[in-house]
Amino acid sequence: MKKIRCALIGSGNIGTDLIYKIQRSPLLEPVWMVGIDANSEGLKMARDMGLKTTHEGVDGLLPHVLEDGIQIAFDATSAYVHKSNSDKLTALGVMMIDLTPAAIGPLCVPPVNLAEHAAKGAMNLNMISCAGQATIPIVRAVSRVQSVSYAEIIASVASKSIGPGTRANLDEFTYTTSNAIEVVGGARQGKALVVVNPAEPPMMMRNTIYCLTDDKPDEAAIRESVQQMIGEVQKYVPGYRLVNGPVFDGNKVAVFMEVKGLGDYLPTYAGNLDIMTAAATRTAEMFAEGILAGRIKLKEAA
Amino acid sequence: MNNDGFIDLKGRKVLIHDMSLRDGMHAKREQISTAQMVAVASALDAAGVPLMQVAHGGGLGGNSLQHGFAMHSNEEYWTAVMPHIKRSKVSVLLIPGMGTMKELQSAYDHGVRSVSVATHCTEADTTPQHIAYARKLGMDTVGFLMMAHLNTPEGLAVQGKLMESYGAECVYVTDSAGYMLPEDVKRRVRALREVLKPETQIGFHGHHNLGMGIANSIAAIEEGASRIDASVAGLGAGAGNTPLEVFVAVCDRMGIDTGCDLFKLMDMAEDLIVPMMDQMVRVDRASLTLGFAGVYSTFLLHAKRLGAKYGLPARDILVELGKRKMIGGQEDMIEDTALTMARERGLLNDKAA
Repeated sequence: MKKIRCALIGSGNIGTDLIYKIQRSPLLEPVWMVGIDANSEGLKMARDMGLKTTHEGVDGLLPHVLEDGIQIAFDATSAYVHKSNSDKLTALGVMMIDLTPAAIGPLCVPPVNLAEHAAKGAMNLNMISCAGQATIPIVRAVSRVQSVSYAEIIASVASKSIGPGTRANLDEFTYTTSNAIEVVGGARQGKALVVVNPAEPPMMMRNTIYCLTDDKPDEAAIRESVQQMIGEVQKYVPGYRLVNGPVFDGNKVAVFMEVKGLGDYLPTYAGNLDIMTAAATRTAEMFAEGILAGRIKLKEAA
Repeated sequence: MNNDGFIDLKGRKVLIHDMSLRDGMHAKREQISTAQMVAVASALDAAGVPLMQVAHGGGLGGNSLQHGFAMHSNEEYWTAVMPHIKRSKVSVLLIPGMGTMKELQSAYDHGVRSVSVATHCTEADTTPQHIAYARKLGMDTVGFLMMAHLNTPEGLAVQGKLMESYGAECVYVTDSAGYMLPEDVKRRVRALREVLKPETQIGFHGHHNLGMGIANSIAAIEEGASRIDASVAGLGAGAGNTPLEVFVAVCDRMGIDTGCDLFKLMDMAEDLIVPMMDQMVRVDRASLTLGFAGVYSTFLLHAKRLGAKYGLPARDILVELGKRKMIGGQEDMIEDTALTMARERGLLNDKAA
């Protein structure tokens, strides 16, 4: 069966883990890995796994985009260079999946709004953040039952699971996630907190979601909605699990989640890495289906 | 050092940094009124305390379901206290992942001139943006390494050096759990002193959970620390911070120069701070557990409240949190842990499970 050929930009934790996810996909094929450091472990691993590589950034990829038939690119670099990467590649008709906090395109959380984005055929979709992917489905699960005035999420991640790019840019992470809690989650006001825990052995990614509902929470409906949403996320992240809750306290709803990863590039504690790469892969697959079926026409190269 | 091993600290200058109106917010479940803030800030200023922290207990961005909503925004507190401060400077706490540079800019715009940029003691590389931004604003910029007992002296020195490289002018050993003994403090301050530039200051922030606040602060000074965090009558998380007026009295006896007026501070502790306390801030069963088990001091009141809600002793919850290696900022895991423990003990009805 024909697969859509993909390029991965950024050879850090996220880019490297994406190779595994995309190689397993029936619809996607990883062809290029782009880095900026010839000696990076990610580039070496990509070569070992059969990908073509360049250490000259996106400019090193551009001459090969058309001849290699690249139609989807995943950007796992940083918010600062994403726009430039995106402009160069979309000009060649490549659809961008943005895993940086740049968020120049619409925000995507697969079980909440992927179908809607795929129908519109956007050329650049943003995956928000690992915390966003792990928590916004739950915020939405509550807000689709009744209106939520405020939602707050706390993501705890193992120190070993986050790379230097995320560490040095926590504010972008916070701003992007808070905004997405509102725009995608459906809360009128959103707030995101992140905690980096260095415990050994590393702790599993944990997320707590608090929602304040305008009216008294409909407990039965919210429980059912949350369970249904968890099932949707489990389709692409099997280790997405409810630990405690929903706990109802006045108008406050608290849900305590855990994300166990598949253990591809990093061990299973790095659920934060998995939920991001799995969501990005699922998003790309939805577009790939559309492209292969002729429903989605990518813009012709300029 | 003289012949009998006594280190003479006579004439050493130490900058005292008051915590009553930030760490003290934790002890008050974030419920301090602007009138109380003004009264305390004015009294600190009159007593010659050179630097005071004023904010939500979690610092910038602290207002949340996770950390509680204060009676007022940080901006309202700063606006209220600034006109009453003649000599002192106001500082704030910024924990990346919670506080952001936007909020730091707002603090500066409201007259705040010093910031402690805080991380867990192994995660200094989450602070470069915030430290650089504070320096760009011209603020007195401190790197604040929390739960410092969870890193080795050498490891802590590496983290402190990172913060210095980002622009921190002072690096703190922060005993958030009140777990350290004087020798633990000395080793960490010494390790920092060995690697930091001579002009980079060292500070110590203690909690009194094992009753060691003053002894640990003096130990830090012996190894070269020149800033000490303390709060009047100890108003702070857990069994409180190093009690400021007691520390000033000890400094007076030792000839350490703090520039503070001891009698004014004593009066303030007795007449102003103690009457504000909802519960006596002291070493009790639960706060002693924090110090003994090495648990983040702010967890205390949450554990007491949730222990009562789920029928569990606060001490059991705190010990379990210590075992699970939870750190500052993970207050949500207190309820999560309590729920799991309550289920295991058969205390949950089906509805809450």
